[in-house]
Amino acid sequence: MSGAGRADRADGLARTRIVDSERWLGRLMLAPAVVYVLALVGVPFLLAIFYGFTNVSVSSARASFVGLATFRRAVEDPAFRTALGNTFLFACISQALVVLLASILATALQKDFRGKWLVRLLILLPWVAPVSLGSIAWLWMFDSIYSVINWTLRFLGFSGWPIWLGQPRLAMSAIITVQVWRTLPLATVILLGGLSSIPQDLHDAAEIDGAGFFRHLFQITLPLILPIQLVALLFGFVFAFTDMIVIYVLTRGGPYDSTQVLASLAFFKGIDGGDLAGGAATALFLLPVLAAVAVLMLRLARRTEVT
Amino acid sequence: MGAGLTARAAGRKLLGFGVVAPFVAFAGFPFLWMLITMFKQTNDLLDPNHNPFLLHAPPTLENLQVLFNDTYFVRWIGNTMFVGVAVVLITLLLAVPAGYSLARLTGSAGEQLAIGVFLTYLVPPTVLFIPLSRIVSALGLQDSVWALVLVYPSFTVPFCTWLLMGFFKVIPADLEEAAMIDGLSRLGAFVKVVLPMSVSGLLTVVIFTFTLVMQEFVYGLTFITTSSNFTISVGVPTFLVRGDVYFWGSLMGACFIASVPIAVLYNSFVDRFIAGFTVGAVKG
Repeated sequence: MSGAGRADRADGLARTRIVDSERWLGRLMLAPAVVYVLALVGVPFLLAIFYGFTNVSVSSARASFVGLATFRRAVEDPAFRTALGNTFLFACISQALVVLLASILATALQKDFRGKWLVRLLILLPWVAPVSLGSIAWLWMFDSIYSVINWTLRFLGFSGWPIWLGQPRLAMSAIITVQVWRTLPLATVILLGGLSSIPQDLHDAAEIDGAGFFRHLFQITLPLILPIQLVALLFGFVFAFTDMIVIYVLTRGGPYDSTQVLASLAFFKGIDGGDLAGGAATALFLLPVLAAVAVLMLRLARRTEVT
Repeated sequence: MGAGLTARAAGRKLLGFGVVAPFVAFAGFPFLWMLITMFKQTNDLLDPNHNPFLLHAPPTLENLQVLFNDTYFVRWIGNTMFVGVAVVLITLLLAVPAGYSLARLTGSAGEQLAIGVFLTYLVPPTVLFIPLSRIVSALGLQDSVWALVLVYPSFTVPFCTWLLMGFFKVIPADLEEAAMIDGLSRLGAFVKVVLPMSVSGLLTVVIFTFTLVMQEFVYGLTFITTSSNFTISVGVPTFLVRGDVYFWGSLMGACFIASVPIAVLYNSFVDRFIAGFTVGAVKG
């Protein structure tokens, strides 16, 4: 009787200790999320690397170790080289355009004006709407027979009827356009946040000192929004570099693999083709660049923490 | 001089409008195009000689009737809702304690971990989808919406943990200390004092998790093969876009209905979403 009472008390004491101990409570509250993410990001991440060294496929349940053979096979695929080049082309050109356009747009949106909320809503739409659905609207706008873009061009007096998704160069321009369309809102809003965090005093002081537009831009605005500009750029780059939605919906990598990127090639090989090892090996070529971006992000975070 | 100033101000305004208008047109036109297309009759749509901006026949609801009665569209909305609600629950259950722990309880080790959380944003689905497809089939979940319920928290939890950490950090620690002096435990202070003050943060997490679920495409495409099990973002582009016959009116209706309402809702929370990306860069 008294023993049970003591056990109860001890139990109660232990419980108070856990709900009061910052260290243990902290660990307990964090653990489920960490375990979940490790199981569903960490484990598959290691598995992806493991698959690259095997010949695992959908049809054969057993995987045997084949060294670098799968990587060699992946690299020797002629589609691979096109895809590698396209991945960089797609990511670099689209993000260069996004940085340029977002800077212009964010500067223009900085001031208050009537109807600003509506303008903001419309500009954000492409980012907020599911990309796969927005891309279908572009598929319809780029249609080979009923393209509204071509109709408008003809109406304005241009001759010719470009088949947007049927010719390699045009198809590449088309998917870059849609990628710019969908990431521009994110970059613009991030930049707007950066611009509005510059203290008004600084602008006033520059005004008093008689700084002109360009001096103001290059000596105050640009240096101060550089870190945030870089964050917007890095995220946009990662999205463009690793994504396949726009390409899947608009061209499926075609015509003749000319718009294939690493991510879409990995999908068509690994999931549609059942060559899991080949697909995984293809996707792994994304990692060096992602690692570089991660290092940049960390350095950026550390630098802003110090200041 | 006053007149000169107002003329200059007006000129500036016009310049601003001239800059903003093309962007608005670029961003919004595809949605306008969905709206126009969904009410057009098919023979009006598919006549290359017609001015596509005008209606040459009375507007019709037939496209939408086809969409709702003859396709899985309603089913896909249901699937998306189901996955969305389940993922929101899992995300709240995992990310709320984790965010609080990183904000208050774990000190400098927590800061390292928080950066680790942030870095998982950089591991893309396109690296993980192949091994995950095997894990999913090993668990017997292939072709089931439960596969999505299982996998989607792997990107919503890190993002929402990071967001919530930001929210919890700005709540003054004095409030919890006062509550603990009044006899609440550390955990009690979190549940009874901090959580009620964080309702807007929790709401933000709910909205974002839901929109991330609606947006997701790659995993849905990989794990689900039966048309009736798709979510909206996968079902519309794979099932309705098929072969050479495109039902553009119904397709555009599906796109419009599935994207615009959620976009309007999300718009009111977007500043907080941006905070989830940039907290690290604009701390100062």
